[in-house]
Formats: sequence, structure tokens, C-alpha cells
Amino acid sequence: MYELNDVTKRYGNGRGSVEALAGVDLTVGDGEFVAIQGPTGQGKSTLLQLLGGMDRQTSGTVTYDGRELGALSEGELTRLRAHEFGFVFQTFNLIPTLSSLENVETALVPLGVHGSERRRRAEEALAEVGLTQRAAHLPGELSGGEQQRTAIARALVKGPRVVLADEPTGNLGQETRDEIVGLLEKLWTTHGVTLIVVTHDDLVATRAARRMRLEAGRVLEDLPMGA
Amino acid sequence: MFFRYLSRELRRRSKQALVVSLGLAVGIGLVVAVSAMATGVQRAQGTVLHSLYGVGTDITVTRAAPEGPARGRFQVGAGNDRQRISRDRVLTSPGQASFDASEADTIAKLDGVSGAVGGLDLSLIHLNGKLPRFTLPSQGAASSGASTAQSSVAVTPGQINVSTSSVSGIDTSNVSIGPLSATELAHGRTFTVSDAKRDVAILDAQFANQKGLAVGDSITIDGTSFTVVGITSPPVQGAGSDIYLPLAKAQALAGVKGRINTVYVKATSSESIATAKRAIMQADPKATVSTSSDLAKQVTGSLSSASNLATKLGTWLSIAALVTAIALATLLTLAAVGRRVREIGTLKAIGWRTRRVVGQVMGETLVLGLIGGALGIGLGIAGAWVVTKVAPSLEATVSSAGGFVGPSGSGPGGNPFSRTIAVALHASVTPALVVTAVGLSLAGGAIAGLFGGWRAARMRPADAIRQVV
Repeated sequence: MYELNDVTKRYGNGRGSVEALAGVDLTVGDGEFVAIQGPTGQGKSTLLQLLGGMDRQTSGTVTYDGRELGALSEGELTRLRAHEFGFVFQTFNLIPTLSSLENVETALVPLGVHGSERRRRAEEALAEVGLTQRAAHLPGELSGGEQQRTAIARALVKGPRVVLADEPTGNLGQETRDEIVGLLEKLWTTHGVTLIVVTHDDLVATRAARRMRLEAGRVLEDLPMGA
Repeated sequence: MFFRYLSRELRRRSKQALVVSLGLAVGIGLVVAVSAMATGVQRAQGTVLHSLYGVGTDITVTRAAPEGPARGRFQVGAGNDRQRISRDRVLTSPGQASFDASEADTIAKLDGVSGAVGGLDLSLIHLNGKLPRFTLPSQGAASSGASTAQSSVAVTPGQINVSTSSVSGIDTSNVSIGPLSATELAHGRTFTVSDAKRDVAILDAQFANQKGLAVGDSITIDGTSFTVVGITSPPVQGAGSDIYLPLAKAQALAGVKGRINTVYVKATSSESIATAKRAIMQADPKATVSTSSDLAKQVTGSLSSASNLATKLGTWLSIAALVTAIALATLLTLAAVGRRVREIGTLKAIGWRTRRVVGQVMGETLVLGLIGGALGIGLGIAGAWVVTKVAPSLEATVSSAGGFVGPSGSGPGGNPFSRTIAVALHASVTPALVVTAVGLSLAGGAIAGLFGGWRAARMRPADAIRQVV
């Protein structure tokens, strides 16, 4: 599914520039559950952005399903994000003025799904993460775990091929963390999506089929589960 | 989703939305009020101009007179005894030459001219009272010496009242052009073709009231008795002549048979006024040709000041307020978009196209613009109402020496060389002005939205994640 060759990413120019990725080579297969670990500021989120078509590499190639993401136009990348990628963020990134249900619906807007169909699919997604009763609540009225479940429903409602999660348990307490990890694992199993999670959390990482460690912009370890 | 998201966002930022809307409202309100005032002033000018030289008249043609005294003079008896006098003298307007009445027919045939009639504007000066009385000494006393006789002449002061009225000679074959066309008939009838050689008169209502005259009564002018057939009201106070007579009768009174001093011209359309003016000037190089816009430039007084105030200060004030409001709306929108980096980045990350995100931001500012516009129109209407209520009556003074020929003089003590007319200012908000205000408010919202949208368009989806790293 993904093939990265000698990928570098540099922010800024000249002396003040920062090299977030320094020659990453990586292959991710269809339906894999990959956990990317490593210290803060070592390029994990940058790697996730490149995989999600949200940013472009400075050099090297990021190939998704045979398409070089760096060579695609903004419009093509936007379409790819709308149809094939689901995102889960550490801070949930819900629209504060929209209800839980409406937040899930936002993911269907770029797909051109309208009215009752959009609502029905959003309700189904919320039911799947166990939030039917909280559908009408605004994010500010939800707990951290409920907000993240809403975000997961938003990522899944479009039926993506890949779910990219950036520290999905980073802002959650112990109990909620277990609940979210369990939910992600269940969805990976039932939906057959490719799940790539950036995390500090060993609990999350140990559930992944494959773990890799990123330090100083390089993949230091890439170990399958149980290795 | 678009409207739900939009309305919730505006509610979330209600204070800021209120500031933006109120800012735009003040700007739009000023534009509406000032424009309403300008429209009111323009209408007042139109009323003044039409009242002075007729609703149906687009152009007046006159000729400047060579320097010299006005035609007509009093011939008071040379005797030095005390005597009562009651004399009228009819004078052509000073500064204006009379010319042959056929000029009106010549002008009527020119390009762009729909019709032309001749008119004769006169001033009627009426003297009434007692002359001073000089009492000569008796015969005996006179023989005692010339110096003694001279010092013994007794003088009894007299008292003479002078009143001035304006008289217009009207071409009775066409009263739809010329000074009578501006007036409204209050009683009786207007002139007809058959009145051309009759001793009939139409009087201004105020003048008739002062003199205690009504339809059917007679008025004597310079020894000729005229039957009052109609009473008219001018469109504004002070406009119009005191007495309207058939042209031939006015010519006879002034001793200028077959001559006129004004041609009132109606153009074929408002667009052809300039063509008609050129044609007249070409046909008669000596003529002073004045259009309503020329005349507007000669208007002085508080109406002129109000016009200047509305068109200059008012316009600039409105523009300044509007620009400030739009700048404020833009800055606040930019700041609001800046605070929504994560939100906008997230929407882009989940596949919202830039166009859709920009549309959402622009939609919000357009709604604020519309709210501001609606409030502004309300403010403007209120402002126009206040202006109409508190604005003093405007005065317009038109000099007859400046090329305009109108009825000169106005009642006793009136200056025969100029005319001052009082007209009320009605600041009115027209539908076109409302449409303009809505357009401006939408434009204000769109400009703010474009800047906000431009900033949103530049945001990258990666910003949604980078914010939390």
C-alpha cells in the first residue's frame, strides 16, 4: 500500500532549517496495524502527514497504491484525503459549534453525501463507537473519551482504506485510554482498514501488529509483533 | 450543513459579529442618510428651478442688455403743491434686453427642440401717497427781499409708499411651457388661446390675498383694468410671478410691442438638452442660453450650502466611514480566521476543498454584511427622518443678472435683480438607494470575506496536526 524511499522533510531554509525526516525507507502493507513510536519532535507526526497527503516531502518518494503523493496536485490530494484517509488527532479537532453527529457528518460533506443519507450514515458510525445517546451534544459537553470516539466515528464514516491516528490516547486518562485502544483495535479488525498510529503509549504500541521506532528522523527499528 | 455551521459560528462569535455588523451599519447608515439628504437637496433644487422657469422648460434663452437705465420712468407732476399720487410704472427686467418675438418660432424649429414660447418678464412699481408740500410766502412778505423769501418757504413732509410686483407676459397659445406651467391653479381657470387680446389676469394666491382680490375682481395696472380669471399657487413659497398677463397685454404695458425678453424652450428629451443648447447658441450667438444645470450653478443661499455639504463633506464622510467599517470587518475576520487554524486545517485534512472552506468564511461575512446593511438602512432612514424633521427651510437665491430670466422682484421691498425662494428639505430614501445600500453591505462583507478566505485558503491541512505537536 505504502512505499517510502529515502524520504526527507526539511522545515525552513538555511541555518535555521530543521530536518524532521532524514531518509526514511518504509513499506506498509494493505490492512496492517502499524505503531510508530519515538521521542517527541523526532518526526513521527511529520511522517503521518506525508502518509496522509497533508504535506509533501522535501526529497524521496512517498508512493500510495502506486501513486506518488508528492507529484499529485492539491486537488488530487484533497480527493484522496476525502475518500481514502481517515484522521484521528490527539486533541480530537472537533468543530466546537457542531454536535457530535454533525461533526461526523462533516466527513461526508466532501463526498457529496446529502441530507438524510448523510445523517443515517453518521448515526450508524456513532452507534458503532457507542455514542448514540450523545449524538446531539456539542464537543464541549462531552468527556475526552467521548470526543475521541466522535473523532474515530468521523474517521470511519466514509469507509476509508487507511486510518491515520496521531497520539489518539495522548489527552486521555488511563481508563479511557484502554477504551479507545480497544475501539481502534476492534475497528481495525472489523473494517479491515490499514491503521497507522503515532504514539508514545506502549499500551497502544503493543496492540499493533508492527511497531517501529523513529528517532532523529530515521526509522531505527521496525519490528513485527512479538519480535 | 453550510447554514447550520455558519449560524453556529456567528453565534459563537456573537460579540465580534455584533461589532462587525454595527461597524458596517454605521458606514451604510451614513451613506444612506447622506445620500437621502443629497437626493432631498437635489429635489429641492429641482423644485426651485422648475418653480422659477416652469416644469416643462428645459432651457431659457435671454439676451444681456447694454449698460443703461431700465426702460420706463415716472413722470410725477412738476408742481410744488401738496398732491396725492397713485402711479404705476412697468419696467422690463434690468440687465435683460428685449428681442423680437419671432425668435421663439425660430428656436422652435431647431434640432433637439420640442417647443418654444416667448415670455416677457416685467417689474411693476407702484407709487402711492402724498408728495411733500411746499408753501410759498405771502405776496407782502415776498417783497421784503429775496433772501427773506427763500427762508420763509414752509415744507410739509409727504409720504410715498413704493411697492414692487412681478408681472409675466404669457404666450396663451401654449401655457405648458414657461413660468405658468410650474404653478397650480387654485381657483378659476388658466389662459386659453382666446385670451391673447383680452384684458385678463391670473394672480398669485399670496398676492391676491394681500390685495384682497378674487376671481371675477379687477386689478388696474397703469390705467388698464384686468379681470382676474384665475388664482394660482406656486410650488414653493416665493416662486412664481405676482401677476400673469397675456403676452400682448404685457408688451403693451411695457411699451415693447412684438418683443419678448425670454424664450422658454422644451427639449425633445433630457438627453437632447445639450444638442438643443448648441443649436440655439449657433443660431443666435448673442443669446444667453441657460439649462437647468447651468442655473443650478447660479443658485446661492442655504440650498447651495446644503448641496455642497451633502455632495462634498457628506460624500467624503460616508466614504471614510464605509472604508473604516470594511477595514474593521476585514481585520476582525482575519483575526477570527487566524484563531480557527486548527478547525480550518482539520476540515481540509478530512477532505474539504479550499473553495468550500473559503465559501464558508465568506458566507459568514456576507451574512454579517447583510445584517449590517439592514441595520444601516434602518439607521439611514432614521437619520433621513431626523434631517427632514430638524432641517431648517432652505433658501435659494437666483440672480437674474447671471443669465437666468425669471419673474423679478417679489412683493414690497423685494429686490428686483434677484429672487429668493424658501423650500423645505425632504431627505428621502429611494428604493434605488436601498438597493445600493444592500449592494454596498454585501460588497463590504465580500471584501472582508475575501481577505479572510484568502487567509483560510493559504492554511494547510498539516497545520491541524502541527498545532498539537
